[in-house]
Amino acid sequence: MKPKVAFFDFAGCEGCQLAVLNCEDVLLDILGLVDIVEFREAISETAPRFDVAFIEGSIHREEDVERLRGIRARSTYLVALGACACIGNVQARSNFIAPAENFKRVYGEVDRNQAQTDPEFWPLWAHTRVRAVKEIVPVDFELRGCPMVPAEFVHLVKALVSGSIPHFPANAVCVECKANENECAFDRGETCMGQITYGGCGAICVTNGYRCDGCRGVLPHANLAAHRQLLREKGLSDALIQNRYRLFCSAEPLGQEIRR
Amino acid sequence: MKNDTKTYNIDVHHVTRIEGHGNIRINTRAGVVEEVKLCIVEANRFFESFTRGMLPQEIPWVVGRICGICCVGHQLAATKAVEDSQGITVSPQTVLLRKMFNESQFLQSHVLHVYFLAVPDFVGAPSVLPLASSHPEVVKRALRLKKLANDYTAVMGGRVIHPMSNTLKGWRKLPDLAQIEQIRDRLLAAVPDVLETIAIVKTLKIPQYERETEYVSLKHPDEYALYDGDVFSSDTQKAVPVRNYRWVTNEFTVPHSTTKWSRWHRDSYAVGALARVNNNFAQLRPEAQGVAETLGLKVPCYNPYMNNVAQVVEIVHCAYNSLAMMETVLNGGLQAEDISHTPVAGRGFGAVEVPRGILFHEYAFDETGRCSDANSIIPTSQNINNIEQDMKAFVPQMLPNMSKEELTLHMEMLLRAYDPCISCSVHMLDVEFTD
Repeated sequence: MKPKVAFFDFAGCEGCQLAVLNCEDVLLDILGLVDIVEFREAISETAPRFDVAFIEGSIHREEDVERLRGIRARSTYLVALGACACIGNVQARSNFIAPAENFKRVYGEVDRNQAQTDPEFWPLWAHTRVRAVKEIVPVDFELRGCPMVPAEFVHLVKALVSGSIPHFPANAVCVECKANENECAFDRGETCMGQITYGGCGAICVTNGYRCDGCRGVLPHANLAAHRQLLREKGLSDALIQNRYRLFCSAEPLGQEIRR
Repeated sequence: MKNDTKTYNIDVHHVTRIEGHGNIRINTRAGVVEEVKLCIVEANRFFESFTRGMLPQEIPWVVGRICGICCVGHQLAATKAVEDSQGITVSPQTVLLRKMFNESQFLQSHVLHVYFLAVPDFVGAPSVLPLASSHPEVVKRALRLKKLANDYTAVMGGRVIHPMSNTLKGWRKLPDLAQIEQIRDRLLAAVPDVLETIAIVKTLKIPQYERETEYVSLKHPDEYALYDGDVFSSDTQKAVPVRNYRWVTNEFTVPHSTTKWSRWHRDSYAVGALARVNNNFAQLRPEAQGVAETLGLKVPCYNPYMNNVAQVVEIVHCAYNSLAMMETVLNGGLQAEDISHTPVAGRGFGAVEVPRGILFHEYAFDETGRCSDANSIIPTSQNINNIEQDMKAFVPQMLPNMSKEELTLHMEMLLRAYDPCISCSVHMLDVEFTD
């Protein structure tokens, strides 16, 4: 029997699901190997169990937490798909602001107060904080990055379909950047998070003239103190360093550090 | 079935990707429509709040994350707004490259929408997935066209989703001319696929329901406005500058939606492909005007279901327009430009057309050059109100002649017509009679 695969989206841009559909060359082959039993865009949400559940998006409200727990209970493997699910992504920066203040800045005070008056729809507005999937339920595999890397998705599907465990080496982006023979972003007068960030993206941003902002999350054994010192030496104030760490890594311990 | 026995309670949970999660609720009792609601239940991400403190160069890159499907448009609207705030003007080369970048996303998004939405209806399939075995040639053509459009975006921006090459003042790394040449050749070779797409859409049975509404889009004196222009209303036949976009959107909140709603000169207005074709038909490329005629699209067109057809017209427009722009680039070459910039204080406004309609961004920066205020108004949030108005107008017209299944299908198709997401194959309806 073909493995039953399901996709679920929570708060995010849905670009990682799009990235799945952008695997045009192998999409039909994948459809031949697995049964896609839930994919909100395409089919109804009725399957009782899944062999592999992909979770896209970060988790913000109690109703989302309950839905996620239900999916975990019915899944053999659960995969966090993309930076929102893996590390909370850019929107986790809103965690440093009170929810009522976030609502006020987006809707205005008057409109916020008016919109939140109908008890039937209160759950919609019950934002607590932005959380990665692993903060709610155990995660078996992580497809990192904003967006996730199609080759890693294909690698994971191939491994699970053939009954093996997918392996993602914990190299830094910096390693892949060197392999691409890129000019170092620091040598261009930029600053970069490639030394402390999970690789697997092929250092695609630096290769295309930008820097690494750490969207794939922080490596577990990275020397964070040395990285901070390096940014200071390049002239970044502590406020700008904090701003940088809180672009993509607000929900990571690195982004939550408060330095005076 | 007699009209007065029609008591429907239609409640569709998480029906479609209207920038995420939305529900439809329709209640009729004894043939009378009691309630029509389009509930937007997407969780908040607070981009307009958490961007505070960021540097000008970081804003377009971060706010592109608002939408994976329109990421190019969000980047471009934000780039223009930030440049406006910083007093930056860009070179003709940068404008040309950005237009190509933008149109690559139009091609990708419209192809996805037409094939993942229209084609399943056409062949009577519940979604695109079963077509892989029953109609492999259709699915393969869809994937071919989509891959071409995606590769076009990647050549321009560095990758398909959340590209990194575009920034303030220009390109971090210029597109490779040899790769542009390859895309041009593949685009020329794709003409038979495009013609086959037109042939399929011509056979679609488009529901004939009309509701006159206000159509809002960019308008430009010299071209079919996708990248630049003023904000034009079909009601007044006048345009206002982008910096006055709040006159246009007049946002307000409703309890059943986490998306803000908009209205201008009447209860609601429409943006998107049909609005653009209605407002700027004369500036479409002649090839695209011909396709409009072939497909029976005459302006002004007040049938929202025709938005699918308008998208096909724009596929043709963007394909031929892109070929012309590629020739310009290939003939003139590309020059590296200085993209360094020291942040300053200021406030700026930017708008572009994205596949689903006009998109506004606004940012302010304080004297330390860090973001102090942000606002973004997306096309779908402007359309939501108009979709609910359409539903309120059409449900009473449809009710006497339709079963609950037909009515539900027509509501699904209405949503699909507005929202060019792959996901909008809204074939997951849970329809219940209360009686």
